Amino acid sequence: MIAELGHYALMLALGLALIQGTMPIVGTRTNDPVLMSIAVPTALAQFAFVATAFTALAICYVISDFSVLNVFENSNSQMPFIYRLTSIWGNHEGSMILWVSILTFFGALVAVFGNNLPAVLKANALAVQAWIAAAFHLFILMTSNPFVRIPQAPFEGQDLNPILQDPGLAFHPPLLYLGYVGFSIAFSFAIAALLEGRIDAAWARWVRPWVLGAWMCLTVGIAGGSYWAYYTLGWGGFWFWDPVENASLMPWLAGTALLHSAVVMEKRGALKIWTILLAILTFSLSLIGTFLVRSGVLTSVHTFANDPMRGVFILAILVVFIGGALALYGWRAPLLKQGGLFAPISREGALVFNNLFLTTACASVFIGTLYPLALEALTGAKISVGPPFFNATFGPLFIPLTVVMPLGPLLGWKRGDLLGAAQRLLAAAILAMLAMAAAFAIEQGGPVLAPFCAGVAVIVMAGAVTDIAERTLVLRLPFRVALRRAIGLPRSAWGTAFAHFGVGVTLLGIVAATAWGSERIAEMKVGDNLDIARYRITFTGLFGRQGPNYHDIVGRFIVRRVNGDLIGVMEPSRRTFPTRNMTTTEAALMTRGVSQLYVSLGDPLQNGNVAVRLYFKPQVLLIWLGAALMFAGGALSLSDRRLRVGAPQPAKTKAALHSAG
Amino acid sequence: MTRIFLLGLILVLSVPASVGAVVQPDEMLQNPVLEARARTLSQQLRCMVCQNESIDESDAPLAHDLRVLVRERLQAGDSDAQVLDFLVARYGEFVLLKPRLSWRTAMLWGLPPGLLLIGITLLVVAAARRRGRAQEPAPNLTAAEQARLKKILTDSGGS
Repeated sequence: MIAELGHYALMLALGLALIQGTMPIVGTRTNDPVLMSIAVPTALAQFAFVATAFTALAICYVISDFSVLNVFENSNSQMPFIYRLTSIWGNHEGSMILWVSILTFFGALVAVFGNNLPAVLKANALAVQAWIAAAFHLFILMTSNPFVRIPQAPFEGQDLNPILQDPGLAFHPPLLYLGYVGFSIAFSFAIAALLEGRIDAAWARWVRPWVLGAWMCLTVGIAGGSYWAYYTLGWGGFWFWDPVENASLMPWLAGTALLHSAVVMEKRGALKIWTILLAILTFSLSLIGTFLVRSGVLTSVHTFANDPMRGVFILAILVVFIGGALALYGWRAPLLKQGGLFAPISREGALVFNNLFLTTACASVFIGTLYPLALEALTGAKISVGPPFFNATFGPLFIPLTVVMPLGPLLGWKRGDLLGAAQRLLAAAILAMLAMAAAFAIEQGGPVLAPFCAGVAVIVMAGAVTDIAERTLVLRLPFRVALRRAIGLPRSAWGTAFAHFGVGVTLLGIVAATAWGSERIAEMKVGDNLDIARYRITFTGLFGRQGPNYHDIVGRFIVRRVNGDLIGVMEPSRRTFPTRNMTTTEAALMTRGVSQLYVSLGDPLQNGNVAVRLYFKPQVLLIWLGAALMFAGGALSLSDRRLRVGAPQPAKTKAALHSAG
Repeated sequence: MTRIFLLGLILVLSVPASVGAVVQPDEMLQNPVLEARARTLSQQLRCMVCQNESIDESDAPLAHDLRVLVRERLQAGDSDAQVLDFLVARYGEFVLLKPRLSWRTAMLWGLPPGLLLIGITLLVVAAARRRGRAQEPAPNLTAAEQARLKKILTDSGGS
């Protein structure tokens, strides 16, 4: 009964989405405020019904109702409660329900908090939001219904894929989707602006908080996925340039560019047309990310045939939304007026530089991800595009971006003083040089690239500090006065500094962990030692351990300093899940400062020995710490009074005009 | 088997689909220089039955065979390029994770720098045009335009 209720709620949500997608637009055309205002209650009701569907599915999972096919295929009554809950989105159908839940949630937020929006813009934007929702509801109902029943209910479910039985599943997909779907708001506003044929700086003010929120979620979503991969996959890699990862990186790159171009638009009224295009592209990449990955088309052209209906539907959604949006853009964008002149050397110029490199980097990831597919479809030739390609193209595009990053905030709007900005960065540059030299000296003639990148990371961090120091004049004024100035700084300035500092931190972590890490691979018998960096691990034996729905074979390792001081114990294991007869590698991690020791076990050998992989990952935690700083920076910016208050009321302008003339 | 459950993972997440086992201790060469070369080469070679994994990362039997093969070639005295050529001759270009430059991959390698150049060119042209426009005196609005401006400003508050 509950499953049917969820199914029914989803159908009602589709109906509401169709109303929300048409009536308000008719209202804007006929100038009928009543029709336009329909968007608000329908958006709220639509969210209520989708939430009902989500709750219904959640209940089916919690009570382990195996008469529902989706629950039977992805859950098991023996699983801990948290995994029974997270397995809702640990599969295609359920994750689509999560997707539309978040989508309609955002729609409801716009409906509730959009009181200061012009009525026409709000009606149009909510209508576009409803088109997206309608397409997704239809997709779920026609091809991916999670509420399908099995005539004869089995006694036990097939269990969730063991790799997904991890706390990571609780955070990673929802955060990623909050990011993907959050960009839909920017998309809807962009289409609304095109429909109306008018756009101004206030548009950016309205859209920026949504972009910022989505960007924050996507940042930690990607970072969380990376950390999950790092500790799950058993050999300490944290980024693989896998198509699935690229699918999330592309919207992040485009979204980052959008975030920056929207600043220019808001402050200076320039880059309007470009910002609209970026808003469209960012969400398009989110759609591609969600869908191409699911269709299996990235893995092989042939998996499309597994479920032709789903594949064709996906293709249709992509063509209609992306193609339609770009066609509308091509048609209406020339109507929008450009504004805001600036010299090439200026804050705007720096942000244009940022946009150029971010979008090119995004394009190179896009090309690398889809090129093999296109080539195979067109010529039948099979090639592989892997990490070496992305390192060779993405790296050279990203490094100039980070080198210029500290300069941007120090340049003035309209016309900047490059020499002055460079002078103010002198201390940061010296620090970076010293770091480079130190890294090079310690490395003793290793690769030159690593010390260089470490230097770049340092100048980015020091640059962010310089920015704050320059704004508060902390070195020139008495500390108390500077502190007052620091408190008085707009939160968005702090946000920029935090986020930029975070980029430097992440970069440093990446460089250190990849270039200066060490690795030992060995077969060990009981009592054997293995040395790495300043540590020595001793293998003391294997033992078995029973978990709730799995069995572990645990290896026990004593960790000491090389001089003999005991530090602790590490217990990596091989985990076997009987329901699916699958074994996973559970690595053991020991955190030392921001570095980590990492041990994982291979299959136990016949002679009772174990194959051990031991890694020392220096500064590896900085990678994710940097992402947390970026998130914090975003949160600070979001709390800026100017964004909370929203754009100045147009009514004031009108009053001023009337009084003036 | 691996592939099927990896597909499940790929459907939902942006976590790459590999449960790595990496190179096994018994495969490794005694000579550290050769072994280091073998590792570097392995990272550039694709495990052809896996999803986007190098043979260095994969636990598939084929990856094991290829790792051993690479080491055999190195011990036989092949240069890095010769090892890659040998594998390409056997398994085709598909085995290389970094595709070689050819007419087929010209767009792949050419587009990223090409797009950057196009972007720069467009920006330079736009800046030049802007500078030209900035030097012209701003045209005065016609009466009709004035009326329209006023209408737009009035509209923005209403409805």
